[in-house]
Amino acid sequence: MEVGIVSYGAYIPRYRIAPKEIGRVWGSDGEAMGKNLMIFSKSVPSPDEDVITISVAAARNMLKRCDIDPKDIGALYVGSESHPYAVKPTGSIVAEAIEAAPEITVADFEFACKAGTAAIQTCMGLVGSGMVKYGVAIGADTSQGAPGDALEYSASAGGAAFLIGSEKIIATLNCTYSYTTDTPDFWRRDGQPYPSHGGRFTGEPAYFKHMTACALGTMKKAGTKPTDYQYAIFHQPNGKFPSRLAKQLGFTEDQIKTGLLTPYIGNTYSGAVPLGLSAVLDEAKPGDRIFAVAYGSGAGCDGFDITVTNEITKLRREDAPSIKFMMENNKFIDYATYARYRGKIKMKEGGE
Amino acid sequence: MREVAIIGIGQTKFGELWDLSFREIGIQAGLAAVYDANVASEDIEALYVGNMSAGRFIEQEHVAALIADYSGIARDNIPATRVEAAGASGAVAIRQGYFDVASGLHDIVVVGGAEKMTDVPDAQGAAIQDSAADQQWECTFGATFPALHAMIAQRYMHDYDVPREHIASVSVKNHKHGALNPKAQFQKEIKLETVLRSALVAEPLRMFDCAPLSDGGAAVVMCSMDKARKYTDSPVKILASSQSSDTLALHHRSTITSFGATKAAMRKLTKRTGVDVSQIDLAEVHDNYTISELLALEDIGFFPAGQAGKATVDGQTQIGGRVAVNTSGGLKARGDPIGATGVAQIVELVTQLRGEAGKRQVSNAKYGLAQSVGGTGSTVVMHLLGVA
Repeated sequence: MEVGIVSYGAYIPRYRIAPKEIGRVWGSDGEAMGKNLMIFSKSVPSPDEDVITISVAAARNMLKRCDIDPKDIGALYVGSESHPYAVKPTGSIVAEAIEAAPEITVADFEFACKAGTAAIQTCMGLVGSGMVKYGVAIGADTSQGAPGDALEYSASAGGAAFLIGSEKIIATLNCTYSYTTDTPDFWRRDGQPYPSHGGRFTGEPAYFKHMTACALGTMKKAGTKPTDYQYAIFHQPNGKFPSRLAKQLGFTEDQIKTGLLTPYIGNTYSGAVPLGLSAVLDEAKPGDRIFAVAYGSGAGCDGFDITVTNEITKLRREDAPSIKFMMENNKFIDYATYARYRGKIKMKEGGE
Repeated sequence: MREVAIIGIGQTKFGELWDLSFREIGIQAGLAAVYDANVASEDIEALYVGNMSAGRFIEQEHVAALIADYSGIARDNIPATRVEAAGASGAVAIRQGYFDVASGLHDIVVVGGAEKMTDVPDAQGAAIQDSAADQQWECTFGATFPALHAMIAQRYMHDYDVPREHIASVSVKNHKHGALNPKAQFQKEIKLETVLRSALVAEPLRMFDCAPLSDGGAAVVMCSMDKARKYTDSPVKILASSQSSDTLALHHRSTITSFGATKAAMRKLTKRTGVDVSQIDLAEVHDNYTISELLALEDIGFFPAGQAGKATVDGQTQIGGRVAVNTSGGLKARGDPIGATGVAQIVELVTQLRGEAGKRQVSNAKYGLAQSVGGTGSTVVMHLLGVA
């Protein structure tokens, strides 16, 4: 059975902060830091936004573009590393909010930054086997970066939702390939407010090794080469890593520019490849071929070979905000506001 | 004292060796040296391992026993000893091996050095390096190892009116040499601007003035000269070994723009060999910071005080210059896995004196000098090697 994306929707918080402003507070050259990481601003969630609200907003935007009955959604998975609850799913709230409950299977996924694409793969299996008519896969995060840590310059918020089905497919998921090893490059233990990372170990032996292996494995499985694709989306913890990787693999700047959002909205973790894919779907034409590889620390990658179909012309893409609109509809804030919004100011008990 | 020859050398690539553990690094380097020497494992009578801080880098002490075990020589129950003298650990290990053979106690000895520095976060790695200085009287009060060298650089620039660019040019030259060394951590030439614009570490030293954190191992096989030709046609002779000490803390010195221990070690070396500094063709010196190389070149006597920077800018210390300094790329470009560094210097000298250095070969090299430093000049070890 052919399985693919039937609709999609995204959400990016409106607030932004610039590396220069973060550096100003910590006494470091934030501008140089941003330039080095290829990050010019990052999104900041407002105090009433979390992975649940971002997931709901993205899923609602997804449904606005098509005419399916939410009751036909048989599965919903939310991938994130910042689920508001340790115990109690994000997904059940999202399922209720989009009126897909109660006859639906729901679970929260966690695999660092690639839990959203793992959710897409799970939905592919469920739809492909005929177990459900539609599955919803969401990748969203309000990622954490400790104050003063290098991560604070990139960790941001956003997410995207995909409706996976076998009818009226706007983009066929031709094949998927994963590559996973036990590589502890980045982690956060239960109860810890901020993640830890292995510094330079997160580069070559983690991101580059897995991304390269997964990209090559996906192309081998799909029988494709870089020039077969109009678009490529790579996991983007910063702007530098995916740019370097693309070059190493033989992809051009033109192929990656549409899906490379991190320079403007920061690293949205589980939202990164889903948002990049959404940006591509915003402008893709029938016949376009898309290559996507997500990375999750710990560590693993999910690769996808995707072909856009004629159905995309019938999807009401204009009925929900485009990535471009959400990227441009922004408001820059200072570090004090950022600290307040991100809950970094110690408050009186019960105070907000 | 018997004459001592080096009959085998081995070295891993230096760098971020994510896929190799400490023991694998040690074994790779050791086996390479043993194969190169063409000796059988039962011929080896003792092992010395230079290592600064495996206890803190990988939480493993007793590393000599570890290397002996995993390289298979423990089954012969030979003595295996770890040697520690901060940055000079490897060089002191070389000296111990030299004593063993020169004294007649052993005929064949393996000396290795290894460090695995990238298993800890960068900040922790830097803190471990700080422990080469005086923890109680320097580091507790905020000094770091790079900061102490930055003070040396500031004073040096002030006393001798040396421009910042002269110090930075050491890094450019060593990267140029490193680009020719397939075992080097950085095999890439850099521009002066790259050094001057890199991230500030401690004024005036920037990232490209400092040797990197590295993983790596190096090893040599030593043999008494009278038996060396049984194993190789090109033994390289250790003409002399010297070691000197100075105060642990920098602030107890009368001058910080010169290392008295280097001067003292060089005097001993000259006295024992009769070889004048002008006869030395190449030198591997301890450039853990760019300023350190300038001090070394002046304290050894290659150049007058305050003149080594100018000499570097003029190309006098590059391959083909008056004396080829750090042809391996030095600590800066070859890399600085601390315990391995002093041994790697000897590996480079032997490679050059055998005429096997390829693109970085110093022509007609007859004498090679190694200078290794522990702390801020608190321990200095020097070896003079020559074609046998």
